[in-house]
Amino acid sequence: MDLNQKRTRTVDRVDSVDPDLVSPESTPMCPFPDEVLEPVLSLINSHKDRSSVSLVCKDWYNAERWSRRHVFIGNCYSVSPEIVVGRFPKIRSVTLKGKPRFSDFNLVPEDWGADVYPWLSVLAKAYPFLEELRLKRMAVSDESLEFLAMNFPEFKALSLLSCDGFSTDGLKAIATHCRNLAELDIQENGIDDLGGDWLSCFPETLTTLQVLNFASLNSEVSFSDLEKLVTRCKSLRVLKVNRTINLDQLQKLLLRAPQLTELGTGTFTQDLVTRPVADLEATFGSCKNLLTISGLWDTNSLYLPVIYPACASLTFLNLSCAALRSFELAMLLIHCKSLRRLWVLDTVGDMGLEAVGSWCPLLEELRVFPADPFEQENVAGVTESGFVAVSRGCPKLHYVLYFCHQMTNAAVATVVQNCPGFTHFRLCIMNLGQPDYVTNEPMDEAFGAVVRTCPNLQRLAVSGLLTDLTFEYIGKYAKNLEILSVAFAGSSDLGLKYVLGGCPRLRKLEIRDCPFGNAALLSGLTKYESMRSLWMSACNLTMNGCRVLAKEMPRLNVEVMKDEDSEDSQAHKVYIYRTVAGPRRDAPPFVLTL
Amino acid sequence: MGPQGLGLEITELRLGLPGGSGEKKRVVSGGREADVCGGEGKKDMDMVVGWPPVCLYRQKKSMGEATRKMYVKVSMDGAPILRKVDLSCLKGYSELGMALENLFGCYGIGEAMKAESESCEYIAIYEDKDGDWMLVGDVPWLMFIETCKRLRIKRRSYSNGVGLHGINNY
Repeated sequence: MDLNQKRTRTVDRVDSVDPDLVSPESTPMCPFPDEVLEPVLSLINSHKDRSSVSLVCKDWYNAERWSRRHVFIGNCYSVSPEIVVGRFPKIRSVTLKGKPRFSDFNLVPEDWGADVYPWLSVLAKAYPFLEELRLKRMAVSDESLEFLAMNFPEFKALSLLSCDGFSTDGLKAIATHCRNLAELDIQENGIDDLGGDWLSCFPETLTTLQVLNFASLNSEVSFSDLEKLVTRCKSLRVLKVNRTINLDQLQKLLLRAPQLTELGTGTFTQDLVTRPVADLEATFGSCKNLLTISGLWDTNSLYLPVIYPACASLTFLNLSCAALRSFELAMLLIHCKSLRRLWVLDTVGDMGLEAVGSWCPLLEELRVFPADPFEQENVAGVTESGFVAVSRGCPKLHYVLYFCHQMTNAAVATVVQNCPGFTHFRLCIMNLGQPDYVTNEPMDEAFGAVVRTCPNLQRLAVSGLLTDLTFEYIGKYAKNLEILSVAFAGSSDLGLKYVLGGCPRLRKLEIRDCPFGNAALLSGLTKYESMRSLWMSACNLTMNGCRVLAKEMPRLNVEVMKDEDSEDSQAHKVYIYRTVAGPRRDAPPFVLTL
Repeated sequence: MGPQGLGLEITELRLGLPGGSGEKKRVVSGGREADVCGGEGKKDMDMVVGWPPVCLYRQKKSMGEATRKMYVKVSMDGAPILRKVDLSCLKGYSELGMALENLFGCYGIGEAMKAESESCEYIAIYEDKDGDWMLVGDVPWLMFIETCKRLRIKRRSYSNGVGLHGINNY
């Protein structure tokens, strides 16, 4: 890589910086020698800040690249591993994200790509002392995990979120060979669970574990090995066990690890009472450092109160595995005055949410998940009144994810008036094309209110019956919007044109089943290089339209996923992203790069 | 752009002459049949891929082991049409009794399950995993739902004289 080249693009985020302002050679404006600059820059951790630093001048670019220890790659195909290792010689931690987010909802075929192995083989040569690897939506095989375990002797932290392709055999390799492992965080992956014996592979000499999360695995592990592991790892602060761990066993673990800050319980009920509830309650009382509790499978009014002694200092309560009813939640929240983040199932109903508003004045984040997402009739769930109730009692609320079956424009307007600080507003009205159920109008005014009232809005997901007016509002008012998710909305090309014509900070746009066509797609030509990616599926795009885009913008990869059912001229699933690595070399046959 | 259907077949339940082509089962995937556990079966429920946008992990949880649907066929002596009951949404034998009473009008069957009383005209039996016909109510509920393959409601008068010993000749 020629360092004299003007920097117009970085590995991760591109800011709209005029290349002429970036000086190609050092100037009297940068009098600091590297020995001063590097230690100063080493204090900067945000990758966005580091991006900005690297654009100042050549000296700063160099100092930054030598002092960077963590690299964040938001799209694994935007850059090649060779380019990364060429630019950053001293990386100790890598975060890699792969598939488009809609792969979480089955919209991306298997074998699409994002294989981590090619990355690992390059990283092994360049960063033999790599310590941390965090992967999201990557394809990870057991061979990759074995390679990782065998080739990085200093490896300390592995986090796998929404990845797939591996089994518990891969975990065995990690547990067996990573002598300095401090973190093993396995979340929500498509893992082939062949058994729990991977946990017994941790050697008796391993005492460095700080984070262990196997909540999403199904198989039983050896409890005695787990207990011994927890006992000898004195620095353990995060422990999230799976459902097979019962209350008795949890009790024993907590007695061994009272220092925990984050706890994920196992099954939180029992048929035969072997130990009085008071004992469990006392144990929770002795865990003075708990900030987060999750798990709580199958809990009920008898056992949930056991956690009350630990609730006063809790900042995050994840009840999304516990189908609580409104009064159970209410009784619990009375004790949770410090709560900042709450995840619940919609079984708590509007009354449960009223309790949230009453008891959690410091709440900043609320996520309400549907207990039965595919049920359309006779579902209770939550409605607009619960939403409003929370907003009244929680003025600091800035992150919401809300699944419901009905909503009104007026309610949303009230919510954002009560909480104008929203940064993340994700509303999912589960019935497709549902209007305001009171006025029967589209939900345009709801989202109009959101973007007008919340200047800090970074992420927005829209739903319900929406016309182009919603997008006109978004384009006009959402100045800080970075991520937008759209499904079954809009009336014409205008909708997408409005968004592409506004939203100066847009980075990720994902659209499905909307009537947006080629004209709309091409109206955003100049915008796509400043974005990470655009996903459009089941819209009105054609192959020709995509070809035009690909021709005009050679620094974008315009990928079309061919569907057996759709006609040849239609572009059924389109994924467009900026890249410095050129077209993918590992694309499967159904992915065409135009 | 409408939702993409997944080619569900919902066939009408019809009454017909014995041996005719009228009788078909009603199956709704992802929704609920007309049974005591939910409301009436819905009309065309188009299932759209990936909607609602709930992660696969979370979907598995909502349909996880504890809430796996356990529909079993229920037949009753003299009733030509079978019904189906979802055992996973019943909490115990009393609720099963109520469900069966609602479906077939066999009042008192719940009581008959609890005690071996002779008061009810009907008894409930079930076919277990080994293929044997057993009297409903003997084993703990959770064990019962794991092992029950189908249910049958018999008029007690048919087993008079034979008692219950003849059941396995059924």
